[in-house]
Amino acid sequence: MNINNAAAGTLESGDILVQILPPDSKGLKIELDSTVAYQFGDQIKKVIEETLSNLGISDALVKATDKGALDCTIRARVTAAVVRATGKDVWKD
Amino acid sequence: MSNIKERKAMVETVAQKMGKSVFNENVAPKVTTPRMEYQKESSKVVSLQDAIRLSGLKDGMTISFHHHFRGGDKVVNMVVDELAKMGFKNLHVAASSLQDVHKPLIEHIKNGVITKISTSGLRGELANEISKGLMDEPVVFRSHGGRGSAIATGELHIDVAFLGAPSSDPLGNACGYSRSENAKSICGSLGYALPDAQYADKVVIITDDLVAYPNTPNSISERNVDFVVVVDSVGDSSKIASGAIRDTKNPRDILLAQLAAKVIINSGYFKDGFSIQTGSGGASLAAVKFIKDEMIKQNIKASFALGGITSHMVQLHQEGLIERLIDVQSFDKVAAESIKTDPMHKEVSANEYASADECGSATHYLDMVILSALEVDVNFNVNVLVGSDGIIRGAIGGHPDTAADSALSIIVCPLLRGRIPCVVDEVTTLITPGSSIDVVVTEYGIAVNPRRPEIAQRLKEAGLKIVDIKELKEKADKMIGKAAPLPFKDKVVGVVMNRDGSVLDVIKNIG
Repeated sequence: MNINNAAAGTLESGDILVQILPPDSKGLKIELDSTVAYQFGDQIKKVIEETLSNLGISDALVKATDKGALDCTIRARVTAAVVRATGKDVWKD
Repeated sequence: MSNIKERKAMVETVAQKMGKSVFNENVAPKVTTPRMEYQKESSKVVSLQDAIRLSGLKDGMTISFHHHFRGGDKVVNMVVDELAKMGFKNLHVAASSLQDVHKPLIEHIKNGVITKISTSGLRGELANEISKGLMDEPVVFRSHGGRGSAIATGELHIDVAFLGAPSSDPLGNACGYSRSENAKSICGSLGYALPDAQYADKVVIITDDLVAYPNTPNSISERNVDFVVVVDSVGDSSKIASGAIRDTKNPRDILLAQLAAKVIINSGYFKDGFSIQTGSGGASLAAVKFIKDEMIKQNIKASFALGGITSHMVQLHQEGLIERLIDVQSFDKVAAESIKTDPMHKEVSANEYASADECGSATHYLDMVILSALEVDVNFNVNVLVGSDGIIRGAIGGHPDTAADSALSIIVCPLLRGRIPCVVDEVTTLITPGSSIDVVVTEYGIAVNPRRPEIAQRLKEAGLKIVDIKELKEKADKMIGKAAPLPFKDKVVGVVMNRDGSVLDVIKNIG
């Protein structure tokens, strides 16, 4: 799938800014900067990975700046970023 | 016959017997200088360096500061910089609290100028470094009442106090405001500085407005002051309402404030003559706005409001709804101006405010206190000092003092802050024991300590949603998922003293 640079989310408390960029190598690469990295870093990465894989994205570079978002918020922001990056509207199609 | 000449021999005999000298009128001749000139010759007015030298400060001694300028304080950094230049080492800084602005202390700790700290709180980069193990000696944390007690009993002995004051005369009569036209700063109450002024061996007033004698009505008396140092600025008053103190626009905080107001109104303590205190934190400050209408409707007036006094409290006082304001710390400029002009707005020392061992301290006569929290656990224990990431990021303040002494203590906090739960299984650090907490207000329901069934009953009858605190905790867990344990290590970086002088908890360093 062709991926263009795209982003979704904000830097507000309780939100996450997700940027998706074309992959520089095979596979998923996630760079996470989180205010709750100690306690939830692994879980946030897992949610991002699962959301991407459910949308059929296997190769991408993801830069995420998290301000304590809940899982539902993370899924929504990742999905929106993927829709913008691929031009494929998963809600419509 | 009896005259002075004839009694001279007898005077000498009596004086000798009493071990006294005989009066000599040439010892203290009359000073005839006009007094506006004469007061300028006060030997107390010296440079900062001279004040430090003349105070007799030595390596290893304890110096103290107040935090009435909060984020705008300039005194701590100024004095410690000077002490470092003069080559002092191994000092104990006993501040009433420390803020983000005190980041430069990190270098002074690394250089060995400061080796020990006692405070109510730590914030910002300094707190971060200390949490990671910057100091060999653990920081000693005390509540405001606990600090007052420790100073009064001698447990916390202060060698030299450096107290910033927005005005002082050349003899050291000092205030938290200035009545002169040259006023540069204002902080209102000097409540946390008063124990230091009374009990420290030497007291240095640092002021940015040297006014003519007498600077009355005064907070600190010349009797307690050894030196007066004049500087360009002691603090930025516009930064007082910073840090934990802010006027909230957050809709969740407003919802919490409305709920807290309903708890107050239906608690059984909302009667004519009641007394109230609000802690820092947006929601607890905003709750004041929402009880006002009900006070007017029911024709209820409060006898006094206590603590950190805010503009909201001042307004209610000016409207006749609160008879007196008892102010240990002015939380904004409006409060600071009010204490200057209104005799019913009274400054109190930390001891008169919240000492456990003074039966007359104001917290003992407090009906209700509304407080915030970083964390509350299922046993109603509260943490206001250490963040859920294990890093120190707050201050004890008067939290345990007011919670313990008041008739009803109400904690107001959201269930979650971002992904961080505020209702937890066990607090990261124990600051206020659950035995002194009565009600916890969250946007998902109100939990009442099982010790207070009558309160739960009254709130239920008022139609409020009462829940078990364990349910709140489970609800939070469901939303956030499972948190990985914090990487605490084994060095003690902080000791939390209870207000009675016993040790309540320790804080470990974090990787």
